[in-house]
Amino acid sequence: MTGEAAPPPDGYVPVLRLGGILLVTLQGDLYDSTAERLRQDIGRTVSDDAVTGVVIDLSGVEIVDSFMGRVLSDIAAMTRLLAAQTVVAGMRPAVAITLVELGLTLPGLRTALSTEEAMNLLGAEVANLPRTAGARRERP
Amino acid sequence: MTHTESVSARLPLTSDLDLVRARQHVRQMTAELGFSLVEQTKLVTAASELARNALVHGGGGRMECAEVTDGGVRGLRLVFSDDGPGIADLDQALSDGYTSGEGLGMGLPGARRLVHEFSVDSARGRGTTVTVTSWVARPPRPREGS
Repeated sequence: MTGEAAPPPDGYVPVLRLGGILLVTLQGDLYDSTAERLRQDIGRTVSDDAVTGVVIDLSGVEIVDSFMGRVLSDIAAMTRLLAAQTVVAGMRPAVAITLVELGLTLPGLRTALSTEEAMNLLGAEVANLPRTAGARRERP
Repeated sequence: MTHTESVSARLPLTSDLDLVRARQHVRQMTAELGFSLVEQTKLVTAASELARNALVHGGGGRMECAEVTDGGVRGLRLVFSDDGPGIADLDQALSDGYTSGEGLGMGLPGARRLVHEFSVDSARGRGTTVTVTSWVARPPRPREGS
């Protein structure tokens, strides 16, 4: 067998909280049930934890079909209703070409080429977090 | 003249784990046959749409993969079949935006655009069989059915 990525063990999706931004990293081949669960988890986290932005990193995803496309677009619409923005980052060119031919251009979805760019797009509250070190405290 | 070399695999489509397996199988076969990355992605995506159709609308089914050749050009043929209720109006099912209730109505017409050859055989009460073929280097020919 070639070095194809195995499905994530039991649909594990790493979710990282950075300030007010939720970074969701999708990798490999997702089960439909994992995608559905992710939609619910993101909704709950955004409303419970005062998250203002969601970045979904797709750089490790080899295919997005119409089901996955709908999940992404639903997450974006849902977070908007919960006063948060979603940016999809790092889509592979082959995936973008395929989505367009499939007829799925996902007009409501904000995109960025990398997660870094996506964080910048969202205003990266992370960068403006109050410093915890005391280096500047001596100022008169 | 196209001929089938061998049916290399027959995979069940009865759960979302089977969808993952079907995608990975198609990915691996297209890679081994030398499809470009974009063509691999298109065929895997088409397979995912059609496999999900067989699962969701056909109540489960199966996918058969076969390597084919046409005058020295190699390709991959995928046959998706189910014993579900079938499609009453094929023209309608093949038109963009038509949906039986779930999804975006992209399944059949979308998958058709992602492959080189596409045919569907279905009637009410007789199940559905969709056959798609893509070639490693696409021979110039008029697009089917357009």
